[in-house]
Amino acid sequence: MNAHHRHHGRGRPRRRAAALGALGALLLAAACVPGTDGSGAAGPGGGAATATPDPGRAGKVTLTVWDQQTRGGPNAEVERLNGEFQRKYPNVTIKRVSRGFNDLRKTLKLALSGDRPPDVVQANQGYSDMVAFARAGMLVPLDSYAGLYSWNTRFPRTLLDLNRVSPDGKRFGTGQLYGISQEGEYIGVYYNKKVLRKAGVAPPRTWRDLTRALPALKRAGQLPVQFGNLDKYPAIHTFGVLQGQAAGSAEPVRETVFGRGGGFDTDATRTAARTLADWAERGYLPRGANGKGYDDAAKQFADGNGAFLITGTWQLADLRKPMGDDLGFMPPPPAAGRQPVTTGGEGLAWSITAKSRHPGVAAAYLDFLTGARAATVMTEEGVLPLVPGKAAEHLDPRTARGRMFAGWEQLNAADGLVPYLDYATPGFYDTLSADLQEVLSGKLSPGGLAARMQKEYAEFRAGQRTGGGGGE
Amino acid sequence: MSGPAGAGRRTAAAHRLRDRYRRRAPGEPRAVGYLYVLPALAVFSVFLLWPLGQTGWLSLLHWDGLTRASWAGLGNYRDLLTDPGLRAPFAHAAVLLLFYSVLPVAVGLLLTAALTRFRIRGMAFFRTVLFLPQVLAMVVVGVAWRAVLAPDGLLNDTLGALGLDGLTRSWLGDDTWALPAVGAIGTWVETGLCLVLFLAGAQRLPRELYEAARIDGAGPVREFFTVTLPGLRAEVAVALTLTLVAALRNFDLIYITTGGGPGDATSVPSYEVYRRAFETGEVGAASAMGIALTVVIFALTVLVTRLVEGRGR
Repeated sequence: MNAHHRHHGRGRPRRRAAALGALGALLLAAACVPGTDGSGAAGPGGGAATATPDPGRAGKVTLTVWDQQTRGGPNAEVERLNGEFQRKYPNVTIKRVSRGFNDLRKTLKLALSGDRPPDVVQANQGYSDMVAFARAGMLVPLDSYAGLYSWNTRFPRTLLDLNRVSPDGKRFGTGQLYGISQEGEYIGVYYNKKVLRKAGVAPPRTWRDLTRALPALKRAGQLPVQFGNLDKYPAIHTFGVLQGQAAGSAEPVRETVFGRGGGFDTDATRTAARTLADWAERGYLPRGANGKGYDDAAKQFADGNGAFLITGTWQLADLRKPMGDDLGFMPPPPAAGRQPVTTGGEGLAWSITAKSRHPGVAAAYLDFLTGARAATVMTEEGVLPLVPGKAAEHLDPRTARGRMFAGWEQLNAADGLVPYLDYATPGFYDTLSADLQEVLSGKLSPGGLAARMQKEYAEFRAGQRTGGGGGE
Repeated sequence: MSGPAGAGRRTAAAHRLRDRYRRRAPGEPRAVGYLYVLPALAVFSVFLLWPLGQTGWLSLLHWDGLTRASWAGLGNYRDLLTDPGLRAPFAHAAVLLLFYSVLPVAVGLLLTAALTRFRIRGMAFFRTVLFLPQVLAMVVVGVAWRAVLAPDGLLNDTLGALGLDGLTRSWLGDDTWALPAVGAIGTWVETGLCLVLFLAGAQRLPRELYEAARIDGAGPVREFFTVTLPGLRAEVAVALTLTLVAALRNFDLIYITTGGGPGDATSVPSYEVYRRAFETGEVGAASAMGIALTVVIFALTVLVTRLVEGRGR
């Protein structure tokens, strides 16, 4: 203010701006400002636990849990496990609130800002949700529980990293643990055995088999790859597979997503974009795929329209129902002699809120949801557990479900998982999904895509270094 | 209270009251009027003015929705003017205005002119059918049209059956055609509203005017411009106001059909407000956009009332 007063004769606008600034400062000081001060991320929180919690001795406890396991298998699995947990500890009542993914995401922010948030919530990984919650001090770091329950050895390290946030609350993929996940998921290649047989094409074993099958299928009058991108996100998955294939291993892109790698302006990005545009142009993808819904595409694939469908393991149960044994599945086939690489990761993280009055019971619940017994229940319900363990041993490896489980173990053993690309920056989902639609329509060149991805990525990184962090 | 004394008191009181009123012109506002308005004003303030003020305040901040906000001043508004990515939604809204507002009013007027000249059997039926889109929830409309406009949807099938294969395209996935396609849905929805409004207005117009026009030798076109259109001025203003508000706050249809895609070809302000506030955690920018949208709607509504309805002259 003083500095402004000393400027004479500068006229009114300046003074008005100064007055507005002063008013803003005043209101900021008067705590009219929404939000917390963001110092919570580094605090120890519930991480101070020193002994394995015993929920049986916690007295009468009601645990409020918000999850997004609304679909068939996932819903059944959580219901069963909740029942078993309550039978094991009769003093614990689980109050379950289940919402679809988008609905949960929208309400969670508000619920967490309130005075009585749920005890356990499922938080989406990445900057806009989990990192933001952690920075605002709304979640409990779980590192001491991880030690007590040996979660660090139960889960593969790269998957645990997805649930980590740095102590300054700015980066993810490193730092304190804020949640653990139940399910594994990855993008694979579904195929229709009947359609392949009709075209005289054998199920591919290598990436070259797959790319050679496409023109052969086209010549035989079949749609090679079923694909619908009206919902914008499916292309990210397809592109992720192509990019992993072009890079040859998971590490370069994964490191970039975690903010440590060489960025997106790479040959792999350009090759993947070129392949995608090429597939669209040659008619390997359906014409006008940008105007076709994701669910429509899956349904048409199930109806025998399309030889391949490149999408996530979550689609398996829904495809198996109408297709039965005609359905085949595999991780994206690698180049000859190489290990498979694909986009994948884990389901939403189960986290404990900072205001929960029973963090110990909540931690025991989290441990139960991700333990060996849970893996068995999940396998029975057709859900892929993060750590399948013994449960998967009596699955027939020739069925699509058996291949899904085997593929998961193979990908983890070979370190072949690239996290979802949209984790890279808060705005990456928006820009990448829009840009890929333009790559498909031929409006954006492969080089243009690489440049745009790199620009978004570099700007966010620069903002992070100067202290801006996520959000705006 | 009876008897002469009581009656005297009563007339005296009445006199005083009358005196009080003689001092002001009839119809002049009285303070007690505010008391009548108070309940409505209270509700209006709590649910509209207060949130509006709050949005205005948020638009001056940088806030991710969780951590402490920081002062932005007019920065969010400056971005709105300078960032092409933020300006584009407003340009798209302008195009949609054509489809949501101008076209339905034009088509509605045309149909009204035709229907007032010829008697049509089963008019009530057609009116109901044309009005039906207004009754349907926008989500239902969106889902239905998404199926119609799909690459192998009804529209392309029909075009193919007519031998017009060259015209078939992925309507919602086409960079140039997605916006007009979404606009066409709006035209479909709003035309019925306009038509019903205009037909009701046209029934009110005195027959004599038409007769006089015909005696003076006016043809259908002349008749439309000298009798029907001036007579429907108030209805046109109402229709324009309703449809342009619908066009500018169009959210559900975009959300259901394209999600702003392909690329950003169909992103509109209200969708961007939602996306920024709930998905990308830019509450300040979203609020600024919301305020700007409110100002635009307000300005256009005032313009319509002034120019078309002729109020304030």
